[in-house]
Amino acid sequence: MTQTVSSGDTPKGMSRREFLHLAWAVAGGAAALTTGALGLSFFAPRIVEGKFGSVFDLGAVDSFPLGSVTPITNGRFYLVRQQDGGFLALYHKCTHLGCAVPWNPEKGQFICPCHASAFESTGQVINPPAPRPLDRFPITLVEGQVKVDTGIRIERDRTSISDVVYP
Amino acid sequence: MTGIDPRPEAITQRVVESISRDDLPLVDDRSRLRYVMNNLILHIHPSKVSKASLKFTYTWGLGGLAILLLTILVGTGIMLMFVYTPTPETAYTDMLRLQTEVNFGQLVRNLHHWSGNLLVIVVFLHLLRVFFTGGLRPPREFNWVLGVFLLLLVVGANFTGYLLPWDQLAYWAVTVGTSLLGYLPLIGEPLARLILGGSEVSGATLTNFYGLHVAIIPMLVFFAGSFHIWRVRKDSLSVPRNLPKRSDPTASSATVKAEKEQQEKVPTLPHLVSIEFVFALVVLALLVLWASWVNAPLEAAADPNHSPNPAKAAWYFMGLQELLLHFHPMFGAIVIPALAMVGLLVFPYLHFDSDSEGIWFRSLKGRRMAWVGAVTALVVTPLLVLLDEYVLDLPALMPSLPSVISNGWIPLGFVLLSLWLFYVLIKALFRANRDEARQSLFVVLVVSFVVLTVIGIAFRGEGMMLMLPWEVL
Repeated sequence: MTQTVSSGDTPKGMSRREFLHLAWAVAGGAAALTTGALGLSFFAPRIVEGKFGSVFDLGAVDSFPLGSVTPITNGRFYLVRQQDGGFLALYHKCTHLGCAVPWNPEKGQFICPCHASAFESTGQVINPPAPRPLDRFPITLVEGQVKVDTGIRIERDRTSISDVVYP
Repeated sequence: MTGIDPRPEAITQRVVESISRDDLPLVDDRSRLRYVMNNLILHIHPSKVSKASLKFTYTWGLGGLAILLLTILVGTGIMLMFVYTPTPETAYTDMLRLQTEVNFGQLVRNLHHWSGNLLVIVVFLHLLRVFFTGGLRPPREFNWVLGVFLLLLVVGANFTGYLLPWDQLAYWAVTVGTSLLGYLPLIGEPLARLILGGSEVSGATLTNFYGLHVAIIPMLVFFAGSFHIWRVRKDSLSVPRNLPKRSDPTASSATVKAEKEQQEKVPTLPHLVSIEFVFALVVLALLVLWASWVNAPLEAAADPNHSPNPAKAAWYFMGLQELLLHFHPMFGAIVIPALAMVGLLVFPYLHFDSDSEGIWFRSLKGRRMAWVGAVTALVVTPLLVLLDEYVLDLPALMPSLPSVISNGWIPLGFVLLSLWLFYVLIKALFRANRDEARQSLFVVLVVSFVVLTVIGIAFRGEGMMLMLPWEVL
């Protein structure tokens, strides 16, 4: 090592000057990275899941008639009660570009006002451009009470009978 | 105390001299040249400019107009900051108060709104002007790149400002706009969350957009804009030229005279500065007149549970929105705009066939080919939109393929193939050189984009259905 330093231009190894250059460059890079990471985390979302991240207690199972679609505006979702009694909680955000999708009772479809995507009451896409069914939230039925956890948003490529919760 | 003249008028003179180092008034060209060089604002100009480059119909004053609009935007923007608080609770009521209670509030808002919208048009036209007069050719390639960056910043400034009134228009345009990001592979979702400050447009989004709109973007525009202007100064203004005349012996003396005029230089003050001053004053007058009569739109307060029908993006995104109706979102929002951006950035670095800097549309043939491109796009683009809307349903034709392929790669491949065919045909049928053919292709793309934008604005009504303009409004 002492030889390298004294000769300064040995093909292998590094002179003290080169080493210091590199060390400063690395320190500079590390400073830039740290500042960048600090900046990014500073600007990171403060609320992890919007206002609606909590569990919604919607009351008794029987208060939702068969074949009904009930908008829960604070929770940003629809509670769907199918004809066979099963429950689904569908996020109201269109999977295409995020518009709020209203329920159209005459047609029995969710029809997006932005780009005319249409969904069945199960969330299944009838009309593109929406690329996948409406996202859903998990439902638990505890002692005849319907509870929806809006903290867990479930994306799905296709609808399935296992999405439906039965009392 | 020696050497200092104690008389009052001498003190005033010393103060004046300490501010301006030149002897005022300016009496001859020599002192005017020096003044331009020494003045903080005027020194962005060279002290002498070629007489030919002063021709208004060459530049249309678009770069200067952009600077004027930016100045108005900074002035009115700072005024608006004093009467507006960016929170979901106060933003909309502040807008109402601004329009009804604040003296000249509506006028200041209108000026800000219309200047911002006009700026998008002006920088776009500026880009076209530079393209069609060959102003992007070496040595100005990098200044073109800076210009494209500035165009993006201007659109970004408009987009972030769009949210601030916190009305339905703002809320849903930004919801749709930021959802586009989600289709960016891998980083899309986290990036959208970062910009939104959560999973949907909310108070955090308003804070973010406000910071971007009043601080970060203006700062970037200032630096990139200064760089842009500095490069203009260093590369000197491009000089307009007429089409080369056919070899006509009688015309030669005229040509020599024209060449001489090209090389003639005149002092920037007063020749260029007076044109700029008059133009700025006229534009300012027209703008104030317009802003006095036409109010900036303000709809009902934002309601996160109810999207209006139709929920349209800001008008400068209508071309993109129209693409989204025909392509898988990944292509409409990411792939096609990215290709266009790469094309714009790479273009000045391509090899140029002919020496045509300063000649509108390159050559006589270039002009004809530009017309061919424009007419082709005017006819074909609406036809393709109608075809896709009423006849062709690609995903239904190919149910076994994912829509990324059936509604993405396949139509994109078709479009790219057609464009390539157009380019080859222009070269083969009309014997156009590469420069002229490329320009023609560029015209096709620009006119198509404008056509799509017009369709989005005027022909898309409720449920984004195609309808006639008087049914839309």
